[in-house]
Amino acid sequence: MNLGPHLTARRDAGASLLVPYVTGGLGDDWTDVVRAVVDAGADAVEIGIPFSDPVMDGPTIQAASVRALEAGTTPTSILGEVRTLDVGVPLAVMTYCNLVFHAGCTRFAEALHDAGVDGAILPDLPLGEIDEWADAADAAGVETVMLAAPNTTDARLDAICARSRGFLYGVSLMGITGERDSLATSAGEIARRAKAATDLPVLLGVGISTPEQAADASQVADGVVVGSALIARLLDGAGPDGAHDLVAAFRRALDGD
Amino acid sequence: MTDVATSGTPATPATPAPPARGRPVTLGPPGPEPTANGRFEGFGGQFVPETLIPALEELEAEFRTAWTSDGFRAEFADLLTNYAGRPTPVTECANLSDRLGVRVLLKREDLTHTGSHKINNVLGQALLTRRMGKRRVIAETGAGQHGVATATACALFGLDCTVFMGAVDVERQALNVWRMQLLGAEVVPVQSGSRTLKDAVNDALRDWVATVESTHYCIGSVVGPHPYPWIVREFQRVVGDEARAQCLAHLGRDPDVVIACVGGGSNAIGTFTGFVDSPARLIGVEAGGLGIESGRHGASVARGVPGVLHGARSLFLQDEAGQILEAHSISAGLDYPGVGPEHAGLAAAGRAEYVSATDEVALEGFRLLSETEGIVPALEPAHAIGWLARAAGNEVPAGATVLVTMSGRGDKDAAQVAEILRLR
Repeated sequence: MNLGPHLTARRDAGASLLVPYVTGGLGDDWTDVVRAVVDAGADAVEIGIPFSDPVMDGPTIQAASVRALEAGTTPTSILGEVRTLDVGVPLAVMTYCNLVFHAGCTRFAEALHDAGVDGAILPDLPLGEIDEWADAADAAGVETVMLAAPNTTDARLDAICARSRGFLYGVSLMGITGERDSLATSAGEIARRAKAATDLPVLLGVGISTPEQAADASQVADGVVVGSALIARLLDGAGPDGAHDLVAAFRRALDGD
Repeated sequence: MTDVATSGTPATPATPAPPARGRPVTLGPPGPEPTANGRFEGFGGQFVPETLIPALEELEAEFRTAWTSDGFRAEFADLLTNYAGRPTPVTECANLSDRLGVRVLLKREDLTHTGSHKINNVLGQALLTRRMGKRRVIAETGAGQHGVATATACALFGLDCTVFMGAVDVERQALNVWRMQLLGAEVVPVQSGSRTLKDAVNDALRDWVATVESTHYCIGSVVGPHPYPWIVREFQRVVGDEARAQCLAHLGRDPDVVIACVGGGSNAIGTFTGFVDSPARLIGVEAGGLGIESGRHGASVARGVPGVLHGARSLFLQDEAGQILEAHSISAGLDYPGVGPEHAGLAAAGRAEYVSATDEVALEGFRLLSETEGIVPALEPAHAIGWLARAAGNEVPAGATVLVTMSGRGDKDAAQVAEILRLR
C-alpha cells in the first residue's frame, strides 16, 4: 500500500485525514495501540523510532522516547514488530537522521520497505541535505514526507512540495511538538499556502491537541497529525483502549459528527 | 544595514577609543570558508528543522557582510582590546620547562575578561545580534564559561539573555551560575538526558525553534549547523593569530608543537587556525575521563564515528544503533560526546593529531602548573598540561618548543578539585 495514493484517494472521496503518531517501543503493547488507532479511524499511522536527542520534540514525546529506549528499543526491534502489523492503512516512520546515516541510507530505506513501511518523516533533514536519503528512499519505494514551517519562504515551499512524497507535513506553529491550549493562527496560513503550492495532501501537525482544534485545522488543511495528545495519554497508562477512544473522538470531530 | 551603531541602542562607543594599554588587537584577514554547503572535508552541513533554515541563512548573510566590513572589524577589535583585555600574552614557563625537559609557552586566554577564550566569540556574536535587530540571546553552557561570557556581552549590549545549563553542571559549577544571574541572565537547569552540555544544546535548539524570529542562538563552540562552526572559528582565530606573531617575535620561529584541549573545540580551532599553514605539529587533547577503555570519556575523535548531532555531520560517541552516548569528564567543558566538524576534517586530513588525557592526568596538570608557575588552570586546559607532562621526552621530544593554549583560569574549578582531593 502506498502512502500518497491512499491519502489522496481518501481526500478526494471527501474525508478529512487523520494520522496519529505512536512511539515505537512505548510499552509492550505498542503494536496493539497501532491496531487500536487504525480501528478507531486512522487513515495512516506515523510510528516514531526513538532517538536519544530528539530536538524537534517537546517533553511528552521526549519522555516516551526515553521510556522506549530504556526498555531496549532499537530501530531493528521496532521494524521487526512493524513487519507483523497488517492493519490495512499505510505506515510512515518518523525518526531523526542520525539513525538513518548510522545504518546507511540505502540499507535503512530497504529495511523500511522490507518491514512494510511506506513513508519516512525526518524532521532534522531539510531540503538542502535531503538528496542522499531521498534518492535512496525513492529507489526503495519509500515516500519521503517533507516538512514546511510557517516561516518557510514561498520559493522554498515550492521546492519542498516538489521534493515531498506521500503528503506535505505543515508545521502549524513556530515551535516543537507538544500540546497547546489553542490552534495557532499560523496553522491556517501555512495550510493555505501549501495547498496552493501542491496537489499532495497537506496535513497539519505539531500542536494539534484536541478534536476541536483538529476540526478547525481541517477547514483549510486536508487533515492532521496527532502526536503529543495521544502520547500523553499512553504515558498515563491509557493503553490500546484509551488510545482507541481518543482517536475515535478525533475521527468524529473530523467527520463533523 | 549599517556599520555604525544604531542610535538609542545601548552599546559600545561608535568611535574606537585609543587602547588603554599597549598595542591594540589587529585582526588577521578573513580565513578560508567551508564549502558552499558548509562542509570541512565532508563534515559539517545544516541538519536542522525547517523552522531554523531562514535564521541560519540570515545569520550567514549578516556575518558574510560584517566580516569583510572595516567598520565591523574595527568595532570587534576595539571590544577585544579595551573590553576583553587583548592581546593576551604568551608566557614563557621556565620552571615547568626545567621540570619537563621541553620548552613550554602558554597562550594566556585565562587573562581575558571573564577568564576564558569564550569572550572572543560572544563579543562577535553580540555585534551580529545587534546588526540583525534581535533583542534576545540564548546560549548553552557546560562549565559555565560560555554562559558567563554570553551573559556579560548581553549586559554590555542591553540584550535579554537565557542560558541553558545541564542540571548536573548547575551543581558542579555553582559559582558560574551565580555570576550569570548577577549579570542579569536567566539560567535554565536542563533535566533531560544526561543533564550535561549535550542536553543543554538540545534545549537551546528547542527554544530557538519557537523563538527564532526574535532570538539569536549564541553557540559557544565550533559546533552546530553551518554557518556556526565557521563563524565561531573566525571569532576565535585571534587566539592563534596573536600567538603565531608572538612566537615569531619571541622565538624568531614557529613552535615545534601546538597543543590545545578539545571539547567542542573552539579554543583549539582558534589556536590551530593561526598555525595551520606553519610546520608546527597540532595536537588536540580530548577528555579521557575514566580511561578510553572504560567507555566513560569524551574522546570523540579517538572513539567517535561519523554521525549527525546538533545540526552537523561530525564524529560522535554512539552505540551500535546510532544513539548518542553520554560523555564523561571531570571537566564540564569537555563533557560532550562530539567534536566540531572542522576538527573532524583536520583529523581526516591528518593535519592535526588528537590524543586524550584522563581525569587523573588532568588533576596532575592542574596541580603541576599551579605549583611550578603560580598559574591555576581551568580543568579543561589542565588536560593539555597533564598530557604534555606525560608526553614530554617521548611523544613530544626532549628539547621541543611547545605552545599550549591556556583556555581559561581555574577559579571556577577550585571548589570541585578541593573536594576531590579532600576525599582522598
